[in-house]
Amino acid sequence: MQISMLAPEIEIALLGLLLLVLGLLLPHKGRGIMGTVTFLGLVIALLLSAAGFGQEEALFNGVYQADSYGSFFKLLFILAGLLVVLSGSAYIQRLGRRANEFYSFLVFALLGMVVMAAAGELITLYIGLELMTISFYILTAYLLNNELSVEAGLKYLILGAISSAVLLFGISLVYAVSGTTVISEIAGHMQFQPAMVAGIILMIAGFAFKLSLVPFHMWAPDIYQGAPIPVTAFLAVGSKAAAFAAFVRVFMLALPLPQFEWGLVLAVLAACTIILGNLVALVQTDIKRLLAYSSIAQAGYILVGMVAGNEYGLKGVLFYAMLYVFSNLGAFAVATAVEVETGSTSIEAFKALGKRSPMLAAIMTVCLLSLAGIPPLAGFVGKFYLFSGAIGAGYLWLAFVGLLMSMVSVYYYLMVAKAMYIGTNDDMTPIKPDTSTRVALWICLAATVLIGVYPAPLSALAQTAIQLF
Amino acid sequence: MNLSDLVFIVTALITVTAAVGVVGFKNIVHSALSLVLSFLGVAALYFQLQAGFLGLVQILVYAGAVSVLIIFAIMLVMDKDPDESNRSHAKQKYWGGLIALLVTLGLGAAIGSTIWPQSSGSLPEDSVGALATLLLGDYVVAFEVAALLLLVAVVGAIILAKGAGEHD
Repeated sequence: MQISMLAPEIEIALLGLLLLVLGLLLPHKGRGIMGTVTFLGLVIALLLSAAGFGQEEALFNGVYQADSYGSFFKLLFILAGLLVVLSGSAYIQRLGRRANEFYSFLVFALLGMVVMAAAGELITLYIGLELMTISFYILTAYLLNNELSVEAGLKYLILGAISSAVLLFGISLVYAVSGTTVISEIAGHMQFQPAMVAGIILMIAGFAFKLSLVPFHMWAPDIYQGAPIPVTAFLAVGSKAAAFAAFVRVFMLALPLPQFEWGLVLAVLAACTIILGNLVALVQTDIKRLLAYSSIAQAGYILVGMVAGNEYGLKGVLFYAMLYVFSNLGAFAVATAVEVETGSTSIEAFKALGKRSPMLAAIMTVCLLSLAGIPPLAGFVGKFYLFSGAIGAGYLWLAFVGLLMSMVSVYYYLMVAKAMYIGTNDDMTPIKPDTSTRVALWICLAATVLIGVYPAPLSALAQTAIQLF
Repeated sequence: MNLSDLVFIVTALITVTAAVGVVGFKNIVHSALSLVLSFLGVAALYFQLQAGFLGLVQILVYAGAVSVLIIFAIMLVMDKDPDESNRSHAKQKYWGGLIALLVTLGLGAAIGSTIWPQSSGSLPEDSVGALATLLLGDYVVAFEVAALLLLVAVVGAIILAKGAGEHD
């Protein structure tokens, strides 16, 4: 039975529709349960995806893939969605009447990501990408009386449309030369033609924009700063992981390295991304912008694993993408709690957080140190996989750039920690996040530490997922 | 060059010129009308490829419905002098033109020097039926997701257009 393989997708789509209808039907007082419904729906989707892990089946003649690789990313997106909903519920409630649709846009963006990760064909992949980005355009501009948010939404719309056009042009050229859009069949029809090369370059540019790799990163900081903070968190984690899922599947299966040497192009992109992301992050004074540049740099690290293209590297991509969910969303959850309390996202607002809320400050520090790659936290293990993959594939210089810049990143991550523990603040009232935020924070903390201390289970999952390549 | 090539070159030129006009006209209403012409040019290209159904849909949906929508939207929201409604920035105009020219030349060179594989199959007898089988067969996921995408876009447009200020 084919349709049952699509259970997670169907469940997520139904959840999105249910939320739209519920938002209209529920009386004013009943709207508090929207977050709970979203949470429960996503938990069901998580279980369905987990049940699908280990199946390897090509549906609709390879157009849609129900495989472990896709399921790994489905789990990742749904976990990210769950954490965003948990940690953002206090923030989302402040949106008033429009809060209802906010949940349903989040769910539809999630559906787009899921389709991207599981698509076995370029047009399906593109439609998933559009569903995700169009939901994000709307979510980015959601704070309608905030000029930054509206500007960010408009910028994202225009730049996103251009990058989609570039990606589509690339897809059309690859289709024209190979005669198929099914990813697993393109390699068999591969012809080394100038138009094929042009198509691949355009596709790299299109994906690089979605991943905000240097020099296609200009949109990210403004949009991350302007968007409502739960959206920024979901954008930084989910949208990036979805683009990686599709990027790796297309390039490893359709355009294998032995046929077309795109490794060096991506290696240069990765090096530029790591260097620029980390260096510009040094001078940021707003936590959203700091995390934006940090996430640019993180995408660079993940790209290192893809450049390597060997077992270690690809495993590193999946492993790092998963731990990045917990570490980055932990940091964003703290930032959300601080913004709900103080209304500010500047690093000034974090001063003396260690005294105002020791738990928030401790979790922020752990998450940031994990992003910096300090052992024994999760980020260290992830970077170990990525960089050893790069060394194994002969990209010693790239691993060196990554290591050096990781050391630089410790500086700006610790600047935040310094503000939290050494700074003084006029306002010393304790910050008490609500229960759901606290649950999200504990999950992030536990996962960041556990994956770092005992990486074997996640490593085994990633190993199963990359059997595809 | 045979007649079919000539027809292609003329329609392609009209389509591209009209598309440049969309960007170039200072009056946004003229831009919208230019867009209609570009849509019609694309429809003509479909007809030439013997994809009659797609050509008709292109005329009906794009040249018809979408352009009317665009013109309605312009009519409802435009609050400035029509002649100044679609101004481009002088400096960026030249840079943009230069980059567009370079991209055109680069892609043109790549496409021109490629030996294209020729399809050996014949046209399906019933192209509408074949399209329907594809859309609701292999491509059903993309088809359904596209429907949700439209829903999201409509709801999002309403929310953004209604604006803030109404808090309950």
